[in-house]
Amino acid sequence: MAKTCCSGSGASVRRIKKSGCCGDAERTDEQTSTCCKLQNQTPVQNASGCTRAAAARFNAKWVTGRIATPVGDVPQVVTKLTFSDILGSWKCRWSIGRMDYKVEPGIYAVGTPDADSPVLVTANYKMTFDRLREQLDGLNLWIVVLDTDGVNVWCAAGKGTFGTEEVIYRITNVNLADIVTHRTVILPQLGAVGVAAHEVTKQTGFHVIYGTVRAKDIKAFLANGLKATEEMRTVRFTIGDRAVLTPMELVGVSAPLLIAFGVLFILNAVGFGHYGRADFCGITGAVLTGAVITPIMLSWIPGRAFSFKGGLLGLLWAIGFLFLNGLPSVPVFGWLKAAAYFLLLPSLSGFLTMNFTGSSTYTSLSGVDREMKIAVPVMFFAAAGAVLLLLISDIIRLTGGVII
Amino acid sequence: MKYLKNVVTLQHDPEKCTGCGMCLEVCPHRVFEKSGDKVVIGDRDVCMECGACARNCPFEAIIVEEGVGCAAAIIMSFFTGEEPTCG
Repeated sequence: MAKTCCSGSGASVRRIKKSGCCGDAERTDEQTSTCCKLQNQTPVQNASGCTRAAAARFNAKWVTGRIATPVGDVPQVVTKLTFSDILGSWKCRWSIGRMDYKVEPGIYAVGTPDADSPVLVTANYKMTFDRLREQLDGLNLWIVVLDTDGVNVWCAAGKGTFGTEEVIYRITNVNLADIVTHRTVILPQLGAVGVAAHEVTKQTGFHVIYGTVRAKDIKAFLANGLKATEEMRTVRFTIGDRAVLTPMELVGVSAPLLIAFGVLFILNAVGFGHYGRADFCGITGAVLTGAVITPIMLSWIPGRAFSFKGGLLGLLWAIGFLFLNGLPSVPVFGWLKAAAYFLLLPSLSGFLTMNFTGSSTYTSLSGVDREMKIAVPVMFFAAAGAVLLLLISDIIRLTGGVII
Repeated sequence: MKYLKNVVTLQHDPEKCTGCGMCLEVCPHRVFEKSGDKVVIGDRDVCMECGACARNCPFEAIIVEEGVGCAAAIIMSFFTGEEPTCG
């Protein structure tokens, strides 16, 4: 399930900022126009001062106008999502293009903000940006988009890209101090994992206030004098939250599953194996149980460890599958394979649900470590035993002609 | 929903705590509680070791071994030899 996590460049060290005209905060106006002349581009007056990136920011489909500020124009964004935006989010949930779904970092405007309007800070993953702006209808505020390499707030904060350094850099780079007279920035609460608020204040003079966990609470938060309720500050993991993550689990398991079926097909082709529809059904059922059904039902399944929950439902599936295939009398593929599936299907299901820990919102590293210390050896030996039984069954059939 | 009990590495030092309340603001699972003019750990078993509290405590009163609670990351780190990480 390697790529179920967020990942940008793959490097664990923060990307070096691109050198040259664009992206250098220390640059003077004179330098800007020289750079632009060298690149044969017309200088675009804008708040970030960078020409190539500026074009990208103003030309985006969701930009509807410009707001003039003392440091240049700021793109004004639309707060209603289009079909294209919704389709884009859906595709990301199915892992289509989610590694390259970005918004150009910089400052943006919602409505007609002025020097007193609030400043929200967010990540440059376009799904994040869309989730945020669709909740801001009717408001007038500034949005500072950080360069998190196209990764969402929580994951980027964990990696350090939604971090103290980038917040400081971006506040400086967009000349925020010249756009607003107040000295407050509102960060998403989940960004706190990567940002030391007191450090940002020390370096920029801007006071950091952490806003609500969910964008839908921002309006109430702003209307209430930047006060959040306990519920607004609490992360949940509802059935809806869990359900939208299951396509990614399926996508992650699809390649290994196809390889496994390929192996069975080859075994059949060389005359060694006798795998048919029943076998494929059993394995596919265990995959669905572990990657989709258990995650969705998570809160109602007994046990704390994810592997246990997956193994439990996997066991129910295994028993049901065996009953569908002949139990309590002789299973259609024999007793040895029945025993193999009794070991294999719960292990497979348990393993897949164990991998859902990375998508969950409440598992600690220490907890997953402890869970794995027990679960991995158990699942490994059960699966190894199952494979052995399958092979023995095939060998007996090959040499003796009987199904045992 | 609750995960395993008695595993997390979260520690809070009442000597260094000034009751500023930053940890109360940032914790996604509301682990901390006000207690008089300071803060204490309430339910430590809901802590997910994200590290937001430690990072935002200006007085270094909180220690936690932060990391990703992700089985896939731990498996990968077994092969790479590095710390478990997202991607």
